[in-house]
Amino acid sequence: MKLPIYMDNHATTPTDPRVFDAMKPYFTDVFGNAASRNHSFGWEAEEAVEKARKQIADLIGATPKEIVFTSGATESNNLALKGIAEMYAERGNHIITQVIEHKAVLDTCKRLEKNGVRITYLPVRQDGLIDLDQLRAAITDKTILISIMYANNEIGVVQPVKDIAKIAKERGVLFHTDAVQAVGKIPVNVIADGIDVLSLSGHKLYGPKGVGALYVRRRNPRVQITAQMDGGGHERGMRSGTLNVPGIVGLGAACEIARREMAEETKRLSFLRDKLQDKLTQELDEVYINGSLEHRLPNNLNISFAYVEGESLLMGINDIAVSSGSACTSATLEPSYVLKALGAGDDLAHSSIRFGIGRFNTEEEVDYVADKVIDVVRKLRELSPLYEMAKEGVDLSKVVWAAH
Amino acid sequence: MAYSDKVLDHYNRPRNVGSLDKNSHDVGTGMVGAPECGDVMKLQVKVNPETGIIEDAKFKTFGCGSAIASSSLATEWLKGKTVDQALEIKNTDIVNELSLPPVKIHCSVLAEDAIKAAIGDYKKKQQVTAKAETVAVQ
Repeated sequence: MKLPIYMDNHATTPTDPRVFDAMKPYFTDVFGNAASRNHSFGWEAEEAVEKARKQIADLIGATPKEIVFTSGATESNNLALKGIAEMYAERGNHIITQVIEHKAVLDTCKRLEKNGVRITYLPVRQDGLIDLDQLRAAITDKTILISIMYANNEIGVVQPVKDIAKIAKERGVLFHTDAVQAVGKIPVNVIADGIDVLSLSGHKLYGPKGVGALYVRRRNPRVQITAQMDGGGHERGMRSGTLNVPGIVGLGAACEIARREMAEETKRLSFLRDKLQDKLTQELDEVYINGSLEHRLPNNLNISFAYVEGESLLMGINDIAVSSGSACTSATLEPSYVLKALGAGDDLAHSSIRFGIGRFNTEEEVDYVADKVIDVVRKLRELSPLYEMAKEGVDLSKVVWAAH
Repeated sequence: MAYSDKVLDHYNRPRNVGSLDKNSHDVGTGMVGAPECGDVMKLQVKVNPETGIIEDAKFKTFGCGSAIASSSLATEWLKGKTVDQALEIKNTDIVNELSLPPVKIHCSVLAEDAIKAAIGDYKKKQQVTAKAETVAVQ
């Protein structure tokens, strides 16, 4: 076993060596511009791009013409929200999203608000799922779009996408989903799920960074999007810019591998995740799992170790790469807004760790991680005045703290 | 974020972890911070009432590595000082000793506050004791 161990696969994944092999020729040998129509260099590049387009479409049940290549999911989300708000401005100016979206959606919405679009940010329940009745009630005759993520990047909860799509369709509203964490991990099918627009990213499914795609439905209904980048009119006018051929080839290869291996991989990952979860919850008292256990990605575990601060825990497990919702580990010095939205209290957000198990993690690594975390949590609780008070029977919620 | 060697040393081998009897009249206890802010420090001093010298100091901290190191360092510095000398410890001394980056300065402030709170608690107890003795003499 090699240290350090990478177990932060919601942040990014390593490029699968098979993906990298597929990409290699497209840097040097097959370097053509896919938009060059009058020589073989261009034709070969275009052929590779079209193959990748089909591989991506096949993974999500789309047709190749519905795939628009982008630089990643942040761009896809920007393009979807801004492009739809602009295209459908005459029909309405209201978009519904939720508070635990990724910043690429939330900050895009903030920008749209400045431009006069009205945004509703739905709260989530304690299990991290949205309330469908609240969604129904939020729709008005001005609503043009519902944007709800497929699976959350911090707590891994999977939203009731089919139900959301059904509600959207009934009311004639478009449905976009940021499916970055879901595509390639759990079955996603734009037809069966009823998705109109979907964002995905290469580097979250063992493809390269710097490439992503936006699925834009072409039938029932035909979705139109105003381009947000002006130029050569690539990608059916929706996204100008010379195509990133090696990246696109890599994204295609990653999608094909995911499609073939997803069933097996899901079994293996959920076994490892459950093992990690069981060890931590059996060996330690007062640990809390954040978000629904039932509606969850197979590789996610987000867990709070009460009375232990997240950054100090990360310091103790410095040969393991994971993330914390603690304010000390974020640039903003605020604890995770996702965990706060669950209403669990800031103290549990400060105490949270996100484990993202991936394709290349082994059972041996999971055992090592579990043992090490247990060891460090015990050590830090010996150091924790809060743990001592809790053991003495003090109700910490009733203490008047000298906050500074 | 990279931690200084001194922060790592205090984190890995925290000095004077533990608790003193908070009901004892020669022990002062300071508890500062709040769980929802991500740091709580408990710092205690045991003072010789005859000499005014801090004979023992203990801490427990919920917080990041820099908060743990700041309070651990504070207990080291407190031992052997008089209560008045203890009040002269400034957060900037802790920042310099541990090479804390700007985002971690609040940890040193918290440690200074904890020292002041512990000494304040001790002094309050002494006044109460003194008053009680005066009453007893009368």
